[in-house]
Amino acid sequence: MTTRRTWWRTGLGVVFTALMLFPVYWMINVSFTRDQDMRKSPPYWFPVHGTLEGYRAVLEQQGPYLATSLVVGLGTVALTVVIAAPAAYSLAKLRPRGGGVLSFVLLIAQMIPGVIMAMGFYAIYLSTGVLNTVPGLIVADSTLAVPFAVLIFTAFMSGIPEELMQAARVDGAGPLRTFWSVVLPVSRNSVITVSLFAFLWAWSDFVFASTLDQGGGRQPITLGIYHYIGNNNQEWNAIMATAVVASIPATVLLVIAQRYVAAGVTAGAVKD
Amino acid sequence: MKHATQTPAPPTAAGRRERAPGPQSGGDRGAPVRRSGQWAAWAFLAPVVVYLLAFYVYPLYRNVDLSLRNYTVRSFVQGDAPFTGLANYGKAVRDATFGPALWHTVVFTVVSLAFQFTIGLALAVFFTRNFRLSATLRALFLVPWLLPLIVSSSTWSWMLNSESGVVNAVLAAVGIDPVNWLTSPDWSLWSVTIANIWIGIPFNLVVLYSGLQAIPSHIYEAAALDGASAWQRFWRVTFPLLRPVSAITLLLGLVYTLKVFDIIWIMTKGGPSDASTTLATWSYRLGFGNMLPSFGPGAAVGNLLIVIALVFGLVYIRVQRRQGAA
Repeated sequence: MTTRRTWWRTGLGVVFTALMLFPVYWMINVSFTRDQDMRKSPPYWFPVHGTLEGYRAVLEQQGPYLATSLVVGLGTVALTVVIAAPAAYSLAKLRPRGGGVLSFVLLIAQMIPGVIMAMGFYAIYLSTGVLNTVPGLIVADSTLAVPFAVLIFTAFMSGIPEELMQAARVDGAGPLRTFWSVVLPVSRNSVITVSLFAFLWAWSDFVFASTLDQGGGRQPITLGIYHYIGNNNQEWNAIMATAVVASIPATVLLVIAQRYVAAGVTAGAVKD
Repeated sequence: MKHATQTPAPPTAAGRRERAPGPQSGGDRGAPVRRSGQWAAWAFLAPVVVYLLAFYVYPLYRNVDLSLRNYTVRSFVQGDAPFTGLANYGKAVRDATFGPALWHTVVFTVVSLAFQFTIGLALAVFFTRNFRLSATLRALFLVPWLLPLIVSSSTWSWMLNSESGVVNAVLAAVGIDPVNWLTSPDWSLWSVTIANIWIGIPFNLVVLYSGLQAIPSHIYEAAALDGASAWQRFWRVTFPLLRPVSAITLLLGLVYTLKVFDIIWIMTKGGPSDASTTLATWSYRLGFGNMLPSFGPGAAVGNLLIVIALVFGLVYIRVQRRQGAA
């Protein structure tokens, strides 16, 4: 009786999930569709005459875009962790006067729409010559992650037992030593969570890329896809194949780090 | 059960169950802090303070400056644009696009939130009963939230294509005439809203699910003993107890949805003829979308959007603080 009930729920769950993921399936299906079948009505529900044309186009044309995105993503992760982790250590353990105000400012900072930040950055980058450069894009992308990172780190580090800190102090470790040898190793999970989200956000960023790197020699994959669509390209298999490839980091991260992903999503809603 | 004694607090992320007092309460607690300790504390904060000043405050200052001057492409480069006060704001508010853009922002936000929340809550309730594969399926639900927005938006664009889209193919199969999802002014706003709902469901599901986990099971058992039906249990027990988490989810969703730009820009560019233009896409179009950018009005619209987002942001922080104190 109970097992039958459970199976009934599992069945329903699979149906819901299938409905939800249909667009993802469709993206994959179209990425394998031949050009001549693209406008067929009704469409093939499965890639029966599958072709790898789309993926060949990705290999030939999108390599540099993907490489740039990788560099931008890793750069954003590094910058975010370097800025956010010490700040969080201070907020969580060193009780700075005015720390509450800073936490508040970080909460507010998260709510500022990226489109508006982009305009300010554009004005600054234009006059300083950072427009259309990879470092400029890394800095802009990091603004998506730094406030979130400080808040996540602070929450995790607040949970580090005070005894551990005291033990380090008794052993003669100063704040810097304590941070480096005690707090950071213990906070490994939060470093993973933050890095994961910083990378994903930088990898997915379109607003900053399209405003600050529009004329750049090295552009990220989001612009690669955008140019594809914008050129009135009718090769939707190539566009969707690029989209599939651009989704790989998200998928890989979900598979290997599902726990951290769920933690990050909920933490986004708690944030204090 | 560990959670049994807790009243529904805001959802707690995995791995941070034991929460020490947060940074806000840290300052006025315990022994007076030594001066050298303050130096160390601020030394660790220095990078982030410099960072915030350089990459948040300064861009926002430049943005306000943009909105108060009459910039042209030439004066943008030379930096000698004349100061015009609030003229750009006046121009923006009187613009024929302002009313529709504001209205579309409201419709887009409210409809998105209503559906994201309802569907997310229904799924969260569904997933609270553990069944085979439930954890795996729940993880798969995260996929839409993690995909780059350009990927989801371009996929939806092709699915909603008038001639060759799969959505119209399905409609044709059940005898409904094809809909010009992205090219008809009557439908484009709904199309981008549908895509946005799809993207937002995972967030609502995950947060509400963790909120449901915090409701002690003995309350349900007591309600069941009293003869409450499943429907009554939901409306009389789950829903009221979930209200704090719901409030936070909705407010945060509101702030996020106001910001949405990528989806609309990629799918319709705000068109046709502004039918799906929101404040965010309008601001972008003014500043970057034309050959002749009008940075001033663009920045003005952007700053109006910031004000709206901040109002709700502050409400969110207030609600959250009050719940934290309760």
